[in-house]
Amino acid sequence: MNQKNILPLYEIFIRSKRGLDHKHVGSLHAENSEQALEYARDVYTRRSEGVSIWVVLASDITASQEEDASSFYDPSDDKPYRHAMHYVLPEPINNM
Amino acid sequence: MNEAIKTEQSALLNFVLAEADDALILGQRLIEWCYSAPYLEEDLAISNVCLDYLGRANNFYEYASELDTRKRSADQLAMLRDSREFSNLLIHELPIGDFAFTMARQFVLDVFYVEYLAVLMDSTDDRIAGIAAKSAKECDYHLRRSREWILRLGDGTEESHTRLQNGLNELWGYIPELFMQSEAEKQLMAQGVCADRAALQPAWDACVNEVLEQATLTRPDVSWKVSGGREGIHTETHGYLLADMQFLQRAYPGQQW
Repeated sequence: MNQKNILPLYEIFIRSKRGLDHKHVGSLHAENSEQALEYARDVYTRRSEGVSIWVVLASDITASQEEDASSFYDPSDDKPYRHAMHYVLPEPINNM
Repeated sequence: MNEAIKTEQSALLNFVLAEADDALILGQRLIEWCYSAPYLEEDLAISNVCLDYLGRANNFYEYASELDTRKRSADQLAMLRDSREFSNLLIHELPIGDFAFTMARQFVLDVFYVEYLAVLMDSTDDRIAGIAAKSAKECDYHLRRSREWILRLGDGTEESHTRLQNGLNELWGYIPELFMQSEAEKQLMAQGVCADRAALQPAWDACVNEVLEQATLTRPDVSWKVSGGREGIHTETHGYLLADMQFLQRAYPGQQW
């Protein structure tokens, strides 16, 4: 397949139930965002997996880079006071 | 059982079988794109449409099986009848051609079925109404898809435009049959069991004309038209389609999963 025939890549996010958040489920190629939405419906919700779909042009996503890891993430390793681990949560709250 | 009831039953069976045959034969055509569509996403999408048609066919065959005085099962009705016994309208059996032809056919049928099923879901026969209501939702989506393809191909490149226009020209003479009432339908109309096909033409024309114009396509102006599907008079390719579809049941009678 030559370069001009490759359709743009879209990242697909699906919300499986009301109240939950959209989760990344995969990606697909499509002509435009409307078609991406339809293909996402056909590819990723065949077995009733979703109630809402987001499609995002993959090229619109700015991602952190592997080589930035040391400056991005390492500095927070030794800052335990930023975690909420010392708070005692009331019983009814179990997802925190 | 008196004569009047017998005739009424067989008209109902004929009607239900015709609906089943239409859906099965088109489904069988669409399945030919499975693993050979232009790309993976479209392969899955078109197979989904195909499965909707096979599901609709199955629902109608199940009902036909219950109505059948010969007690044939749904599978037997689908897999053990010959070409002359199939009453699908010819447009459903036409070979898939290129992708543009497939989408041209799908579009004109989707526009038709959206209108048709909307009426059929008010059938006085609850089973028919139920099947129509389920299929209508699927069909709304089919039309959304095929309409997009008509716009994309028609208003696309010179080649896509030409191919789609050729596709429309080739199938146009098969369309009038969609709006003709079969003998069974004429009998069932009075009880409100089936839809008045002829009455759907204005809505179909309006929708098709609008989309064709938007897609820079020309509505074919052809004088030829073909019919005969409801009477079992099919195109040559129908036999080959059945040979493919029915091979397993013919070679291994009664074979099951």
